[in-house]
This record gives sequence, C-alpha cells and structure tokens, in this order.
Amino acid sequence: MSNNSKKWFSLNLGRKEKTSSGSCSCGKTSGGCGGHSNAHQMTDEAFNEAAINASIGEERTKDGFEQVFDVKMDRRSAFKKLTASLLIGAGAVSTSCSVISGDESKEKAQIDWEEQFKGNYKLMTDKEKEGTVDRLVRSYQLRTGKNISMSSKNAEEDVLFGYAFNISKCQGYMDCVNACVEENNQDRNSEMQYIRIHEMKDGKGFNFNEADDNYYHEVPAQGHFYMGTQCFHCDNPPCVEVCPVQATWREDDGLVVVDYDWCVGCRYCMAACPYDGRRFNWSKPEVPEAEINHNQHYLGNRMRKKGVMEKCTFCVQRSRAGKNPACVEACPTGARIFGNLLDPDSTIRWVLENKKVFRLKEDLGTEPKFWYFMD
Amino acid sequence: MKRFKVFGSLVKDSFDTITHGSKKYHLWMALLTFVMLAGMYCYSIQLEHGLSVTGMTDRVSWGLYISNFTFLVGVAAAAVMLVMPTYVLKDIDFKQAVLIGEGIAVAALIMCLAFVIADMGGPSVLWHMIPGIGVFNFPNSMLTWDVLVLNGYLFLNITIPFYILFRHYQGKEAKRSVYIPGAILSVFWAVAIHLVTAFLYQGLQARPFWNNALLGPRFLASAFAAGPALIILVLAIIRNFTEFKIQDKTIKKIAMVVTVAAQINLIMLISELFKEFYAPTHHSESAYYLFFGLDGKDALLPWIWTAIPLNVLATVLLTFHKLRNNFKVLFFCCFILFVAIWIEKGFGLIVPGFIPGPYGKIAEYMPTGIEIGVTLGIWALGAFVFTILAKTAIGIELGKLKYKKKS
Repeated sequence: MSNNSKKWFSLNLGRKEKTSSGSCSCGKTSGGCGGHSNAHQMTDEAFNEAAINASIGEERTKDGFEQVFDVKMDRRSAFKKLTASLLIGAGAVSTSCSVISGDESKEKAQIDWEEQFKGNYKLMTDKEKEGTVDRLVRSYQLRTGKNISMSSKNAEEDVLFGYAFNISKCQGYMDCVNACVEENNQDRNSEMQYIRIHEMKDGKGFNFNEADDNYYHEVPAQGHFYMGTQCFHCDNPPCVEVCPVQATWREDDGLVVVDYDWCVGCRYCMAACPYDGRRFNWSKPEVPEAEINHNQHYLGNRMRKKGVMEKCTFCVQRSRAGKNPACVEACPTGARIFGNLLDPDSTIRWVLENKKVFRLKEDLGTEPKFWYFMD
Repeated sequence: MKRFKVFGSLVKDSFDTITHGSKKYHLWMALLTFVMLAGMYCYSIQLEHGLSVTGMTDRVSWGLYISNFTFLVGVAAAAVMLVMPTYVLKDIDFKQAVLIGEGIAVAALIMCLAFVIADMGGPSVLWHMIPGIGVFNFPNSMLTWDVLVLNGYLFLNITIPFYILFRHYQGKEAKRSVYIPGAILSVFWAVAIHLVTAFLYQGLQARPFWNNALLGPRFLASAFAAGPALIILVLAIIRNFTEFKIQDKTIKKIAMVVTVAAQINLIMLISELFKEFYAPTHHSESAYYLFFGLDGKDALLPWIWTAIPLNVLATVLLTFHKLRNNFKVLFFCCFILFVAIWIEKGFGLIVPGFIPGPYGKIAEYMPTGIEIGVTLGIWALGAFVFTILAKTAIGIELGKLKYKKKS
C-alpha cells in the first residue's frame, strides 16, 4: 500500500475478484484495483478478525483503563495500528459511497466532480490549464475509448491576429462554411454555422436588408455579389463587457474566446453582439463519431455541452499552431486573408496598407479586427 | 433565546393559518399547486432537452421568460409607491395596504429570479455567479448590478415587514427608528432596481430599439402604473374575502398614483412614436416591425394593437374623477392597464429588440407550449407565495395570530 497514488482506497466489498492468486491482474501498481490489499484474500469473518486485531489487538482482554494507558507499543506497531484504522475508515467511506461500481466509473465520477467545481479558465495557472485538459482527454477516452489531443497553448508574444475579406473574389461557394463546421465540431442537428455568406444584389450596394444569407442555388448567381460575416474579434468587444461571470474574454493575441465550462448560458453576450457572431447550443450538440476532429484546443473546437455559448475563434487550435484557420485554407478563390497584424511582412499588413479597407458598423466603437476590401 | 422561541411559535402559528381556511381558499391553493406541478414538469422537459424546446433561436435569443422578468421587476418596484407615504411621510391611510404591497414585491422578486433561472442554459453552474465563490464581473456587466439590486431589494422587502409583523405578533409596537432607515433605503432601491434593469437593455449599442435614453424613465412610469394597479386589484379581492378592512380612501389614493403614472407613460409613448416614425431611420425598423410588420412578418401586431388601445382607454377613463371614483370602472381600468403594460413592457419590448437581426434578417418568435407551461408555473408560484405571506400578515394584523406565553 506504500505506493498509493490513488486518491481513494477501495475495500473490495461485493466486487468480483479478477484472480484468486496473490498477484494482481489489473497490471497497475497502485492500490486502486483492490488486488494489492492484503485484506481481500480473506473471508469477511477473517477480515473482521484481522481488522480488530490490527486496531485493538491484545487490548480485548484488558479493561478500560489498561486499554488506554497500559499499552506496550513500539513505533512500528503504532504505525501499523494507525494505518490499519485509517484504511478501515477510508474503506468504509469508499464502500458506503459505492459498493458495486468499478474503477473506471469511479474515475469518471472523480473527473466529473473535479470538472464541475473547477475554476474559470481565464484565471487558471498554466499547470491548472494542463490539469483540466488532461482530465477532459481522459474523460473522452473513458467514455468513447478514443483518444483526442487537446491543447491549452497560450497566446504567443508579439502576435495579434487579423482577418481581411476580399469582396471582389468571393463567389459564394460556401466551402469556408463547410470547412468551419467540420474543423470546429459544430452541432450537426441544428446545422450551426459560424460563418454567414450574404448574397447581395449588384447595384444595391451593401444592403443587408435585401441580402439572403440562406440561399440554395448555383453560385455565383447572375447579378449578385457575396460577402461573408463571422465573429470579428473586436478589440473592444461588447460581448465581453456584459458577461456576468467573465466566461468570455479577449486573449492577448486578440482572439475573443469562450470558456464553455464556465458559461452559465444567460445569452446576454448574444444580445450585445452587433455582428451576429455568437451561437448558442439550444440542445446537446451532436457530431457523428467518425466526423469528430480530434485535434482540439480547450478554447476552440473541443466538444461543447448543451446550454453554452460558442463562436468563431479564428480556429485557435490551428492559428496558435502557426496554421491558417480552416475557412482561409478552404476558400477556393483566395478571398480570405489571415495573419499577424504585428508582423510587418505579413500579407494582412500588405492588404491593410495597400487596399481601401473598411469595417462594418465602425460607428459602434467596437474596433473589429476584420476588414473588407475590393480589388 | 426568547426571540427564537417567539420565532418558532410564529412559524408554527403561521403554518396553522395557511393550512386552514375556507373551501374556496383550499380550492385556490390546490389550483396553484397543480399549475406549479405542471410548470415543473415542463421545466423538467426543458432541463432534459435544453432550451431548444422553447421558441427561442439564435436570431431571437430572449423570449417569454425575459419578457416576464422585465415586467415583474416593475411590479416589484411599485411596492415603494405605498412604502414612501406610509413610513416616511406618515400618511396613515396607506398603512393597511403597505404590507400587502410589500408581499406583492416579495412574490414578484421571487418570480423574477425564477424566470432568470428558467432562462439559463446551465442552471447547474449558477454558482459561478455567486460573488466570492465564482467570478462576478462587477461593475462591468449590468447583469451583475441587477443580481445585486434584486437580491438586496428582496432582502429589504422581507426584513422590514417581517420586523413589523414580528413586533405586532408579540403585541408590541414596531419601533420607527428601526424600520424608517430601511424604508427610506428601499425607496431609492426600488427606483434603482427598475433603472438598472432598463440599463441592462439600454446599454447595448447592438440593439437600436433598446439603445435609447427614454427606456429607463419609461420603465419607471409604466412600472408605477402597472404595479399599483395590481395592488388595487389584490386589495379589492382581499376586501371581499377577508375581514381585513381597507378603506375606500386608501384605494382612491393608490388610484391617483396609477393615474398620474399612466399619464406620464402615455406622454413618453407618444414621444417614442414620434421619434421612430416622423423621420424614420435604419434604426426605426424594429418599431416598424412591432407596429406594422416587416416583409409580411407581423406576429406581434395583434399584441401591440391590443396593448395600445387598452392603455389609452384606461388612461383616459382614469383621468376623469367621476369615473375613477366609481370602483367598478376603476377595477376594470386597473385590469386592462395591467394587461396592456404586461404586453408592452414584456413581449413588445424584448422581442422586437432582436428583429430585424444585426444584418437585417427577420426571423419571428413564437413561444412553445412548454415555455408557456413554465411561465404559468412561475406565475402560480408567485401567487402561491403571495397568498401565504398575505394570509399570515392579515392574521397578525387582525390580532388572530398572537404570541401566547406558555404558563
């Protein structure tokens, strides 16, 4: 029992023995499987006897005074007694909570408990971030038997992400939308999409009122042009201000992210966003197992639960790994440009310096990091 | 120690009072219990399947729950219309009514909190909002202000009447020096709860329909019309069914309050309509949708065109002294005014804020049966709480409930 790294002790009452031999078959060296406990090989009666011997031993034959004061004890037996009584106590607690549950369900319960009462990701230290990511990976493994990789990579220094959209080039193919849904594990039942492509009539200017963001016909349609919107990752985001629990915030590299586990689902941020950039999980999001993207980030495309907000994160799992977001990579026309605004040699900087760029609803003072331009 | 004994006896006595009553009383409570259970069943469905069982969508993300919440904050604030004259200005005509008003405030606040919780996507992580344990985004988020003022107001409205009733229960007079500071505080607090709730919407630059300096004052005016209107109706019912004496004078004074508030509310409505329709801008589209419909989508038209005539009719009728002093007309006016403001400050305010959406998309909202079930359940909860509070309070005030020292 000395290398007891588990957080609980299982007394093995009412559980099936895996082997009858003394060695444990579970392959673990910790005491968690129960096979390492000396007690489990005895019958209940013998166990009781041993337990009493261990805890009070020869005091059974003595009266009260002698039991308490007249005890010969060296250090080793004192430790032995202490350990034995501790084990009995811990075992009693453990078994009173669960008699028949196995190790895996106990581990699941432990993970669920810790996840339920963990803190806000924004305020976690790097070690705590790793801890919760490890728990989530393990939890997924226990539940589905599949492995995922999840990152908790922080913002890098001297990076500020920005995005530019070339209205002249976009043809409305919606490849970006599909790539986004697949990359970010969005709910397939409600057909949640972060990106909306607005089909506008030529000669009417940017008239969103007459635009159609839900078209089902061959593109590019005659006499129309296209324009995409998504979360603009504002530098002064109203959604962040209004959140009552700071479940959404602006990271140092400019990404506006959500801690799905901290969100209480009040949807105030949704009302505050002037750009229709946020989505809510009205029911439990479902993605077929085969289609799940296993390369995940805590703040990005990991699986969400029902009743929480989510949004475009500029594919944080990709952008912080030095890749372009999925929408940029998928665009067949090259209408989408993404990069580091602090890098003077980046394409995005070239666009901002050489094109006539504009942003939507600039009068609201939100400072979006998403520019539109035309060739 | 003695206080605990008295308190224990009070709890026992009030339990006796609320479990005994006429057949009508039992029928009323049974009905409320049934509606509450039905509401709980609807809520359990919502818990299991998520908020997708409601009519809300990504386009219209607040609906019936938040509408009712907004309206009930106003009702709760209205208790102050009775508190101020009674405790602060020593106008004894209100004395009988004030406990009833505060009971309504407590019930309305409990309903408010229930509506907010019903609207939450994750009620199991609500502890994230508790200051100290969770992360409380104060003072940035107006929602945290609202949490503070609502709970503070609930505390005030429970403690002040409780102190007075506790003294009366023991046959003693309540000390003015104890409850007057609380009463004065609650006067300011009542204005705060409604103003803060208005700021919740008013502060959103994304929604031009709400982002309007008149929203807060109009909230107050409509609240001070709808709240006392409800109090008048409740007083009328209590007068009818119990021995509790409420003078005509009291009701007439409250009616005066309702009238003035309704008139101010109407002036503000005209000002709003003028601004939206004289020189309509892109930002007037929500108002257009509300009053005339946009692109053939007109789900709110029957609601708002019920509310406006009722509102005008009630205000006009109340303005004439002769009509107002006729109790039959008064009760009718109070009822239609209450309904009109419920529509206007609930549905008519929250839903058009989202329509058209940020990019002009017009997606309509219609509450589902489950949503309506939960809403009715919460209203029944409010009525249930109020009945219990009022019955105990009336029992103590009539001297039926008295602390008896055991000999």
